[in-house]
Amino acid sequence: MESEVLVSVRDLKKHFPVTKGALRRKVGAVRAVDGVSFDIVRGQTLGLVGESGSGKSTIGRTLLRLEEPTDGTVVFDGGDLADLSVGGLRKVRPRMQMVFQDPHACLNPRMTVSSIIGEPLVEHLSMSSRERNERVEELLSLVGLNPEHANRYPHEFSGGQRQRIGIARAIALNPDLIVCDEPIAALDVSIQAQVVNLMEELQDLLGLTYLFISHDLGMVRHIADRVAVMYLGRIMELADVDALYENPLHPYTRALQSSAPVPDPAAEATREKIVLVGDIPSPSAPPPGCVFSTRCPEAVDRCRTEVPVWREVAPGHGVACHLVG
Amino acid sequence: MTTSTATPVLRVTDLTTRFNTQDGTVHAVNGVSFDLADGEVLGVVGESGSGKSVTMMSLLRLIPTPPGEIAAGEAIFEGDDLLSMDLGDLREIRGGKVGFIFQDPMTSLNPVVTVGDQIMESLTVHQPARRREMRARALELLQLVGIPSPEDRLRCYPHELSGGMRQRVMIAIALACNPTVLVADEPTTALDVTIQAQILELVKDLRVKLGMAVIWITHDLGVVAGLVDRVLVMYGGQIVEDAPVDEFYAAPRHPYSQGLLASLPSATSRGEKLVNIKGQPPDMRQPPASCSFAPRCPHAFDRCHQENPVLTAVSATRKVSCWLDEVPTIPDTEGAGHGV
Repeated sequence: MESEVLVSVRDLKKHFPVTKGALRRKVGAVRAVDGVSFDIVRGQTLGLVGESGSGKSTIGRTLLRLEEPTDGTVVFDGGDLADLSVGGLRKVRPRMQMVFQDPHACLNPRMTVSSIIGEPLVEHLSMSSRERNERVEELLSLVGLNPEHANRYPHEFSGGQRQRIGIARAIALNPDLIVCDEPIAALDVSIQAQVVNLMEELQDLLGLTYLFISHDLGMVRHIADRVAVMYLGRIMELADVDALYENPLHPYTRALQSSAPVPDPAAEATREKIVLVGDIPSPSAPPPGCVFSTRCPEAVDRCRTEVPVWREVAPGHGVACHLVG
Repeated sequence: MTTSTATPVLRVTDLTTRFNTQDGTVHAVNGVSFDLADGEVLGVVGESGSGKSVTMMSLLRLIPTPPGEIAAGEAIFEGDDLLSMDLGDLREIRGGKVGFIFQDPMTSLNPVVTVGDQIMESLTVHQPARRREMRARALELLQLVGIPSPEDRLRCYPHELSGGMRQRVMIAIALACNPTVLVADEPTTALDVTIQAQILELVKDLRVKLGMAVIWITHDLGVVAGLVDRVLVMYGGQIVEDAPVDEFYAAPRHPYSQGLLASLPSATSRGEKLVNIKGQPPDMRQPPASCSFAPRCPHAFDRCHQENPVLTAVSATRKVSCWLDEVPTIPDTEGAGHGV
């Protein structure tokens, strides 16, 4: 097994300006992503978990340069995306795609399925319409939809089927990387399993690399190879999936895991629960020191004044906490 | 608390709700019957469109009519039928003896009225008293649901509070008149897991303190496991299984329940395929003439496609609507068994 790094993110920051008044004076910034570094190995899945407002989706969008990063670098297959011109970026775009959360909102209701899936083919390749139709049919059967339904409109499909259409569109150009932003959050439990199985099949078949953004810790454990836990724009802990779930080191990772309910009454009755007090602070005014210090059950004085540095405590297992190591 | 020997607080029989739309009649709830025992926490699980919310809304006649129509059934609450009683009497019960919590606290709270006034509004309707007394009660309620510095929060507007705090306010409003039944419709679905954990702990605590019965509607099988005494599984507008929580998780009996539990990822499922339920949820525009799960069921046989099974007791504590269970395998006599 070669372990070639496909995406390498270093010290990525994305701040959204907060403006005030008619002159739109900049009065502050929402630090959505504040200094994040990670690698994604080709063919693997990196799970990105965290609560709403932790910056998971912003990372996904900045990675694809749908948002301009404020600072930091994103190296994709050896080339720095920030250096690319508009034309150069356009050449790379087909290689990185996205699957969105809401299958109702991400498909144009006035386009047929074949034109939705065919659109990237029109944009980036010069295919005859017959070749394109063949490719669309091939893609539809690849994602488990009936190719005869190519001329239907999105409203004729259920949520799970629509998510399959979104996936077919994402894989149309044979990408290397797919950013999956909560792809199953809007689906029912029995349909979630269908979509996750499909994504895993396609990964094996096409050698895809996934950035899987989710708040569902159980599903991330199932699908991911490595997992990054985010809180308020920073990565708190990053490790291989087994290490993270069996030996979580950061107090936030432990709290997050213990908050996720387990579908087993006996386990629910006996397991230790860490219930965090308070809410996630505003990313426009993050607390000094460790960002988690305001809710951390184990915080000491040092946590409130000094930002913890990222340390690798075991091979491939990094954590940002004063109390670890 | 799983036995239902005493008279139930709420007994629903054969509830049927339809919506007459331009595309035809949607059969949202088809002959739902269940009991809610005093002080019991009942979890109602099912996928979107399975009729769980419409069932509970129908009980308090909160569905818009037209297009909605409660076609049949009764819901006996403390001796009276909620579905046929005078609307004035029903208003006394709504928000009084039966409290309601909705999924999205932002759309359920009035954005231009302070939190304190919204709690007091409920008191004004059901238990009018002097403003000072009601204010004191509102303060007490905010303390009860664990809102920090409640005095200041009384004057806050909903937008000044976080999602978790708003849901706490919703709970305070629902509890204002000491309800005997609290209906909670996906109350934690819009919240983050750490906030959800806070709300779940709060409800477990309140339920012990106040001794009310709770109907908790959710699609999250994890939440149900830790909170409820008994589980109702709904599919296609019908109850397919009604079982005590331990028995349900130990040995789900209806093929849909089995599929639902099996489709959850586990610690050991990495690298394996998740078990999934093939196919799509049913089209509710067809009246249920056969088992609505039959097209997706791995065990379906001829009868399943021809006749609709009814909810039948298969043991002292469990009911299932499935033709496979038609010849009940009850011998598990003492009633203390944990399924298989």
